[in-house]
Amino acid sequence: MELTSLWGSTFFYLFSFCSTLLALRAKQIHPGRFSFAAIFLGVLCQSWFLALRGKGTHACPITTLPEMLIFLSWAIGWFYLLIGSTYRVSLMGTFTAPLIVILQSAGLLLLGPAVPMQHSLNSWIEAHAALSLVAFGALGLASVSALMFLFQEAQLKSQAPAPIFHFLPPMQLLEITTTRLLWLGLGLLTMSFLAGALSAISISGIKFWVSFLLWGSYGLLGVAQQARRFSVHRFAQGVILIFLFALGILFWLS
Amino acid sequence: MNIFCAGLNHRTASLSMREQAAIQDREMAAMLERVRKIDGVSGAVMLSTCNRVELYASTLCPLQTLHGFEEILQERSGEMLPLYHHTTPAAVRHLFRVASGLDSMVIGETEIFGQVKKAYALASEYGTTTGPLHRLFQHAFRVAKSVRTETQITRGAVSVGSVAVELAEKIFGELDQCRVMILGAGEISERTARSLQSRGVRSVIVSNRTYDRAAALAAEIGGMALHFDHWEKTFADVDIVISSTGAPHAILTVEKLKPLLKQRKKRPLFVIDLAVPRDAEPAINELEGVFLYDIDSLQQIAAQSLDVRRQEVVRCELMIEEHVGTFLKWLRSKNSSGAKMRES
Repeated sequence: MELTSLWGSTFFYLFSFCSTLLALRAKQIHPGRFSFAAIFLGVLCQSWFLALRGKGTHACPITTLPEMLIFLSWAIGWFYLLIGSTYRVSLMGTFTAPLIVILQSAGLLLLGPAVPMQHSLNSWIEAHAALSLVAFGALGLASVSALMFLFQEAQLKSQAPAPIFHFLPPMQLLEITTTRLLWLGLGLLTMSFLAGALSAISISGIKFWVSFLLWGSYGLLGVAQQARRFSVHRFAQGVILIFLFALGILFWLS
Repeated sequence: MNIFCAGLNHRTASLSMREQAAIQDREMAAMLERVRKIDGVSGAVMLSTCNRVELYASTLCPLQTLHGFEEILQERSGEMLPLYHHTTPAAVRHLFRVASGLDSMVIGETEIFGQVKKAYALASEYGTTTGPLHRLFQHAFRVAKSVRTETQITRGAVSVGSVAVELAEKIFGELDQCRVMILGAGEISERTARSLQSRGVRSVIVSNRTYDRAAALAAEIGGMALHFDHWEKTFADVDIVISSTGAPHAILTVEKLKPLLKQRKKRPLFVIDLAVPRDAEPAINELEGVFLYDIDSLQQIAAQSLDVRRQEVVRCELMIEEHVGTFLKWLRSKNSSGAKMRES
């Protein structure tokens, strides 16, 4: 049942991506019309998987790397449902779905059976880990939005934009969405670090400094963007690079 | 009962002919009344725009209606005008195509939809519509809406001005905070500026080598005139530059823009170069945050959009054909029920 819901979820995300591509090729007027519903169903299936998995592990289902990847893609899906509908960012689902499919497929391939926790975890540690992944979800969606910005910018710079340009949102909207998601992610990351501090569990120096570097990089990027210290192009590139760095940390910590 | 249509449009009549045939709103009541007095005519709607003058009527004698309408127009213009005419089902198809923008000079333009609506509203107000005409026009509005929302017939901009607006909106989103600078007060830059103004740009600055011309254009479009020697000083506050000076060499160069861009706090800059020879060095497009479009690239985008619209025409025609069938079914049932009533 666990795996079925996960496969179902992957199918819905893939459907979201492929249906939009096909609609774009068929020159339909609303190419992303099924995207939101498909991602919604994908998130529901993931939620079902996580609920079952949580029962199996007797803990928040983020005890292994595959679980973390699935939890992260679930968080990205949720943020898309919230942000995509609030800001009406056209085609965001089409750009988000592949990222979720990649993360989730990796999780699916590596996923083993649920192992029940023998002892109860420190709740602050659980909150720290879960909040970190939710923060990465917001930052992941920020990088999707940043990628869309770079894509639309490249279209406009080309002086002969492809037809998809008509459906992509304005650069300014993508800049706003990226910035707000970055601050949201940073806020959640800060809360997760506070929860980590409250757990009073000592961590290695390198883990502390790497986490601090990640937090500081996002903070600096956000502040520099507010102060217009560099162009939105650089800001978007920065958001994507730091998210890749964050993913690297996730793999390294696991 | 027949649905009849006759008229002239941009394809069949010259502008001067269309001018002679054009009917003002204030004349509409009298015109409709005259048409209704033609033998066999029970109802009439007249559509008069800059590109067409058309009569839609419910009539028992289409030929008499045509002759009557020809006479009326001849009286107005003093000459026989070349009218096309259609009866059911071609007249129904024609109205559906007109309302959907398929018969327009610019395929897919949406202004005609409002004009058809207005023509119908005027006829209703003057009491010259009948049941079949009412049904026909309501159906035409539904068809036009379906065509617009289910196909890409209205997609993309098809004129230089509207392409510029679309690009500006893709860069800046809402244009209400954007400031525009016109360098060189030419006709095409004026039209482009007006297109941007129609989307609510915050302000327009006009700079021209001849200050009087700048002042005249600024007064005309509600902008601000600026001496040509000073345009660089206000450059930091401007988001969109429309350039069409007659300068023999580029005035917007990398060398000149680089220091000016530093004052802009990384805000994007949209340069619309409408001049030939070009006012902007192509290399400025490589500068971060600068988006340069010259007349060729704007026209190319417009042509692409027009191409997409042309490709969509087939889909639209199929949709229209379906609706024509539905309407004819209704008309036939209406006619046969009317005949039965007369027999009994």
